[in-house]
Amino acid sequence: MSVHEQIAEAQAEAVASIEQSNDLESLTALEPSLFGKKSQLGSLKRLMGEVDADDRASVGEALNEAQRIIREAHGVAKERFLSATRRDQLEAERLDLTESLESSPQGHLHLVTQTMERLEDVFVGMGFTVSEGPQAETDWYNFEALNLPAAHPARSMFDTLYLDLGDRTEIGDGQGGEATNILLRTHTSPVQIRVMEMMPPPIYTVCPGRVFRRDTADASHMPVFHQIEGLVVDHGISLADLAGTLNEFTAAYFGGSIRSRLRPSYFPFTEPSAEFDITCVICEGDGCQTCQRTGWIELGGCGMVHPNVLTNCGIDSEEWTGFAFGFGIDRLAIMRYGIKDLRDMYTNDIRFLRQF
Amino acid sequence: MKILLSWLREFAPIEGDVDQLTDHLSDLGMAVEDARVLDPLDGVIVARVADLRQHPEADRIQLVNVETTDGVQLQVCCGAFNMAVGDLIPFATIGTVMPDGMEISQRTMRGELSNGMCCSAAELGLGSDQDGIMILPDDLELGASLMDQLGLSGDVLWDLEINPNRPDAMSVAGVARDLAARLNIPFSIPEWVTSQGADSENGLATIQIHDGSLCPRFSARVIRGVTVSASPLWMQMRLILSGMRPINSVVDVSNYVMLELGTPNHTYDLSLVPQGHIGVRRAVQGETITTLDGQERELVPGDGLIVDYSDEPIGIAGVMGGARTEISPATDAVLLELASWEAESIARTSQRLGLRSEASARFERGTDWDINVLAVERFCYLLNEITPGGIELVGDVIDVEGNLPQRISVTVRTSRISMLLGRAFNSDEIRALLEPIGFLVEATDDDDVQSVTIPSFRPDTETETDIAEEVGRHYGYGNLGSSIPRSPDAGHLTTHQKVRRVVRRVMVGAGLAEAMPNPFLAPDEIPKANLRVDDPVRLLNPLAVEESILRPSLLPGLLTAISYNYSHRNRGVGLFEIGAVFDVSPDLAPLPSEHERLAVLLGGGDAFASIRVLETLASALHLSPELLNTDDLPGLHPTRGALVSLGGLEVGVVGEVDPGVLERYEIDERCGWLDLRLDLISQVSVAAGDASYEPVSAYPSSDVDLAFVVDDSVQASTIEDTLRQAAGEELHALALFDVFRSDQLEGGSRSLAFSLRLQAADRTLTDEEVGVVRQRCIDAVESSHPATLR
Repeated sequence: MSVHEQIAEAQAEAVASIEQSNDLESLTALEPSLFGKKSQLGSLKRLMGEVDADDRASVGEALNEAQRIIREAHGVAKERFLSATRRDQLEAERLDLTESLESSPQGHLHLVTQTMERLEDVFVGMGFTVSEGPQAETDWYNFEALNLPAAHPARSMFDTLYLDLGDRTEIGDGQGGEATNILLRTHTSPVQIRVMEMMPPPIYTVCPGRVFRRDTADASHMPVFHQIEGLVVDHGISLADLAGTLNEFTAAYFGGSIRSRLRPSYFPFTEPSAEFDITCVICEGDGCQTCQRTGWIELGGCGMVHPNVLTNCGIDSEEWTGFAFGFGIDRLAIMRYGIKDLRDMYTNDIRFLRQF
Repeated sequence: MKILLSWLREFAPIEGDVDQLTDHLSDLGMAVEDARVLDPLDGVIVARVADLRQHPEADRIQLVNVETTDGVQLQVCCGAFNMAVGDLIPFATIGTVMPDGMEISQRTMRGELSNGMCCSAAELGLGSDQDGIMILPDDLELGASLMDQLGLSGDVLWDLEINPNRPDAMSVAGVARDLAARLNIPFSIPEWVTSQGADSENGLATIQIHDGSLCPRFSARVIRGVTVSASPLWMQMRLILSGMRPINSVVDVSNYVMLELGTPNHTYDLSLVPQGHIGVRRAVQGETITTLDGQERELVPGDGLIVDYSDEPIGIAGVMGGARTEISPATDAVLLELASWEAESIARTSQRLGLRSEASARFERGTDWDINVLAVERFCYLLNEITPGGIELVGDVIDVEGNLPQRISVTVRTSRISMLLGRAFNSDEIRALLEPIGFLVEATDDDDVQSVTIPSFRPDTETETDIAEEVGRHYGYGNLGSSIPRSPDAGHLTTHQKVRRVVRRVMVGAGLAEAMPNPFLAPDEIPKANLRVDDPVRLLNPLAVEESILRPSLLPGLLTAISYNYSHRNRGVGLFEIGAVFDVSPDLAPLPSEHERLAVLLGGGDAFASIRVLETLASALHLSPELLNTDDLPGLHPTRGALVSLGGLEVGVVGEVDPGVLERYEIDERCGWLDLRLDLISQVSVAAGDASYEPVSAYPSSDVDLAFVVDDSVQASTIEDTLRQAAGEELHALALFDVFRSDQLEGGSRSLAFSLRLQAADRTLTDEEVGVVRQRCIDAVESSHPATLR
């Protein structure tokens, strides 16, 4: 047998033995007989010195080629065994992903909070700051500074809850609505007064917060509810500015198809005063049961800050003018989701809370 | 205030589409609560009762023969028994659709045919009287349309909401004046003078005002030949549609004049007023009077009184007359009172006595003191018209003045009005808007300034700003245009508001739902939740004792919420709340102290679950909490509670709710509790500033695990602090990774295993360096605590 024939035979035997191996272990066991010094090719390499000088190049070439083919066959076989092993491992790890036993879902912000934040965001976008103040207030901040002195008949518009602070409570004669001087704020207007006392104009701020009325809870009233009021005091502020600001807010909050309008009204703390209506969000103005077929729903009250109120806060009402507006947050919250009864928002029933 | 279009038309030729008129009323500040074109009641005719007989089969039904036109009779079954043969009644013929939508058809009732329906006033939408069939006056035309005969065909009824500053709009004439101005049509009050009596017998009555501030003006007249009977149907219909009940001719005229001109008035039986003398003064302590409703009323100083010749009260001014001088069917001579009263006094008295009426509602807002004599004339004119044979007026109108208000004039700058309203007006426009509603506008030397005299029927209007409202109102708020002012500063939230929003989001991320429990508590909730607050803030006028204190803690409210959910088979509910709690202020400040707190109640969670929420929150704010185990914290499990500090400031508590408290709230699962002062958290968070940056070391780190047996008296966090200090600046991270209690350990101790990761910023730590740190840690812990390395 020529050297070339011996090389071909060794190659064939090696490839055959690779193909006969069954798994990675038997392939690994085979490796010394394929690549080691004692392998057939290894023995043939040692015979190179005995080959004629003329043939040496071609024999060397044949040896290298044989070696390459054996390595390739070994590589293919090894990869086959490895991937089978990986496949077995992965199969063993198979999961039914719907068998999950525990869940930790996201919690929920209260509907009132969501509504309040949404309102704040719209006003911040319009250049307003957000102001807050105490819920327990003095008679001055809640009423008197707002042009509502003790005997003012319009005080009957507010069913007020008063606090009993023992010696610290100054009790009036009980006539004409005059009573103790510490109360739970009936609106967030006292925050407006505090802002005006503390900050020189220009003022652009909204005052969201919790307010209290001595009202028995029913589908549309709660003794504890939430309001947002807005206040602007600057040079040359006019009723047209109020209308424009409310329009911009209405479009930003409710969407472009909803408009606002002002109707003359009366509040002791504003002059001129107005009611602030928006296009009915249910029927978009066509007229439905919600808006009593008028196409409009009343959102809140507003007006030009009464000169007496500015004066009470130490602001020169000739130099500065301002407007204020306010409306309920709870009603907006339930309107958005078609909730019929305000009280549902305050049961704290997880079946209610987790829907929002 | 209910207003009929036909009545308005007696003052101004108002025409136009009902919807447009409705919009005008609303745009003038008289919010329209209801606008209704009166049902024409096609098919309802005037019919005569021709025969009445018992239904043979039914006790409660009678058979009526109604005559609809001469000689034509129809049989009807009727359940009312108030009519007599010969009466005229409203009759709904077959096919009529009633206001409630019901269609009248031929029916058989217990074997008898019914060919239509005899109607009550309520069934016709003409008032609330449903007690019997409406009996019509004899002079109506048989077979004619009822609404035509009543003069109500096509009439419109508006229900207006009148603001407290619009006393003028509490009358038909006032609404007509406002609407006519808007429509640019003439408005006038007709002449109603009944020219008789002026030269006869003055002095039958005298009026004396003892308190001129109480009574600015008292007008009166003596009327004889009065017969108290029913008023005519047209007057009754107007009263009914305006929401008042017809009583008799004198009372009806009185109410009619009040509705029409806004002037409440009162009639006395002159024969019961000694010497015809009437005095006006304020009550003194201890006086009483029996009012028209038969009740004895106690008076207090300040109440306005009408008194007789002997100074005895015969009426409460502007609120209610006295029983003693009440008119009766026997009355022949009447003294008519048409007075103006001090608004505040009437408001106080009517409120105190609980006597709110149409009259007091008008006096409280201030009536027109200049229209008294005209209203007297109107009263006499109407009573004369409706009294068969007429009445006899005796003497002149008596008109006595108290402290009559002065007509005031206000200086009004055109520039200021334009600035306030946001539209450039000129002085002519302002005059053209104000004069039709009764303001007198005069030019001055200054082109920008006009002098505006305020009419007697607008006591609410006093200043330039008030005038601006009138100008804007009549120009139309919607016509002023709109502009958007811009703040010179960017809009933003405060740091505290931003922290609060982060806290909310962290809570939501922790799977908690936000609750809003009632901030009012029953007093017994404080011991129930084991809160130990002696002096909570109390309400002076709570709606109920269950809502009589302001919460000193968020715990009771959240426990109630968890308990509610637990009882509805929802266990494991985790709630949070951010809200104010109240305490009587420790210093002498007038307001109670009020703190915003964050509280978390974890149904089914233990103390460690609460701590996980705390740690998540702290890390979101780049803070690390420190805990101090503390027994017997109020409301907390006595041996599972800790004080929480952040940035060195004590901010609240964490742990579990006291099992005894849970039992009282009927919650049969553990509840984790976290309660923090949000204002302090925000303060600490601001002080801590933003997250701080350290470059990530490029060198490998080494881990050292150390387990100590530590006496139970030492908090794990104390060992942690010692390790942290001892390890020094090479300490990159430290964590407790195992706690182990066993019989094999000494009693009263446990094994705590910590893992320390050491790393230097500038080099790889050598084994020697790591060994030194390790030994330093061991020595520090063993030397400062009852602890040994395991």
